[in-house]
Amino acid sequence: MALYSDIVMDHFRNPRNVGVIENADGVGEVGNAKCGDIMKIYLRIEDDIITDVKFETFGCGSAIASSSMATEMIKGKPLSEALALTNKAVAEALDGLPAHKLHCSVLAEEAIKSAVRDYYDKHGIAYDVKQFPDCEHCGHCDSQCDCH
Amino acid sequence: MRIYADNAATTKMSQRAIQAMLPYLDQIYGNPSSLHTEGQQAAEALANARARIAARLGCSPREITFTSGGSEADNQAILSAAKMGERKGKKHIISTAFEHHAVLHTLQALEKQGFEVTLLDVHEDGMVSAQQVEQAIRPDTCLVTVMYANNEVGSVQPIAEIGRVCRQAGVIFHTDAVQAVGHLPVHVERDNVDMLSLSGHKFHGPKGIGALYVRRGIALQNLIYGGAQERGKRAGTENIPAAVGMAEALDEAWEGMEEHMRHLVMMRERLIEGLSQIPHCALNGHRDQRLPGNVSFCFEGIEGESLLLLLDDKGIAASSGSACTSGSLDPSHVLLALGRPHEVAHGSLRLSLSAENTMEEVEYMIAAITEVVGYLRSISPVWRDLELGKKEFVLK
Repeated sequence: MALYSDIVMDHFRNPRNVGVIENADGVGEVGNAKCGDIMKIYLRIEDDIITDVKFETFGCGSAIASSSMATEMIKGKPLSEALALTNKAVAEALDGLPAHKLHCSVLAEEAIKSAVRDYYDKHGIAYDVKQFPDCEHCGHCDSQCDCH
Repeated sequence: MRIYADNAATTKMSQRAIQAMLPYLDQIYGNPSSLHTEGQQAAEALANARARIAARLGCSPREITFTSGGSEADNQAILSAAKMGERKGKKHIISTAFEHHAVLHTLQALEKQGFEVTLLDVHEDGMVSAQQVEQAIRPDTCLVTVMYANNEVGSVQPIAEIGRVCRQAGVIFHTDAVQAVGHLPVHVERDNVDMLSLSGHKFHGPKGIGALYVRRGIALQNLIYGGAQERGKRAGTENIPAAVGMAEALDEAWEGMEEHMRHLVMMRERLIEGLSQIPHCALNGHRDQRLPGNVSFCFEGIEGESLLLLLDDKGIAASSGSACTSGSLDPSHVLLALGRPHEVAHGSLRLSLSAENTMEEVEYMIAAITEVVGYLRSISPVWRDLELGKKEFVLK
């Protein structure tokens, strides 16, 4: 389908890092079923390095592809790099997303940040809350639902 | 191999309709408004197409106006009835919550002009009753517009009963019959209809042509001003090839209707039976009062667009009422009108069959859909929560 780039379709058809990590060090879930997409990210963290990452996604093709790409981009990376990951970088790595699907890449960024924050919370690690805005305002849910 | 199961969106043109159109592209290409032989041949073809369509619907040819399609017919019917009502001080219109946007958005435009619109609730089985219409009619009601059959969930409305109620109350009754004409034995007299919209490409005719039936005595309001075509009610040089193609397709559909219905219902019933085996799903729309070729399901825990993309990979062309496929944020207003919660409406799938589909294709579709739904659930956090009992299933 011409709706999506070849890279999006590849990550949608063959998603990387699908699954669950039992007793994960950090778990983040964002989105709302009412809006039609939920992403859940599981992190295994050793010495500040993301040694393993898995995801589960309820959503459209670009939501699944965005989760897959985002997990690839942070796997094996230090937490600082994961926190620096932007939705724009995810969308660019996917060779672009249609305008009305950009919120999928926003969700991916948020899901990762949410999982890192969960790790910090669970392990009593201090952090600057400003690193974790409640919602990157993408406009997706404005009038529709009570996401995030 | 490709399996086309999106015939409610549009159909493949029939060979008969294509062949019927061809002479009007390069041999009989005159303008029906012209006095010369070429023009008069075209005028004759147009009159012939109009007469054939009228004969099928049970009306007179002068009650048929050609339009660019179903949307234009809906717009013109509703705006015309509203104009007539306004002259008498009647500015109330009754419709339903699950109409096509061609109807709903026209009604919204009228609301901005001071009309009051009552949208009847749709029962969870996709039906609206004549009693509901009767109770909603007021002294200032100028129009009732209820679709013949719903495009998404396939439920066929009690049109003749609704028409009777309207007639008794002296209110104009319009029906958007775009999904019904060519598939059900629609008849404007038997169905007590005053205005009816139809579209050529929904029954293997060409795109870009439709028609509006208007009972004599109801004044049409122009949407397009210009020449005197269509008795002055729809300006612009007539699309003769398309009109001829639509008439041919309608004749063909009518001739094969009973046989097609038997074949379609057999495939539909097998699909419903097969897909019902998937846990936590539900059929949308009435179990029996439904279009012969319509199958509509919601599957809990998954999202429709990813389902469609994976089915497309497996060679199946289907559709969904999920928000992602519509480009809007809300899932289908039809499924919401039936009371499906948002999260369930996102996981919808519509298969709309034609007589060209086969039982082999049906079996393949059941297997493919079962597999894809299972896969998408296996990667869905929503499904995991449902299975772990963290959330309650909506669909049993």
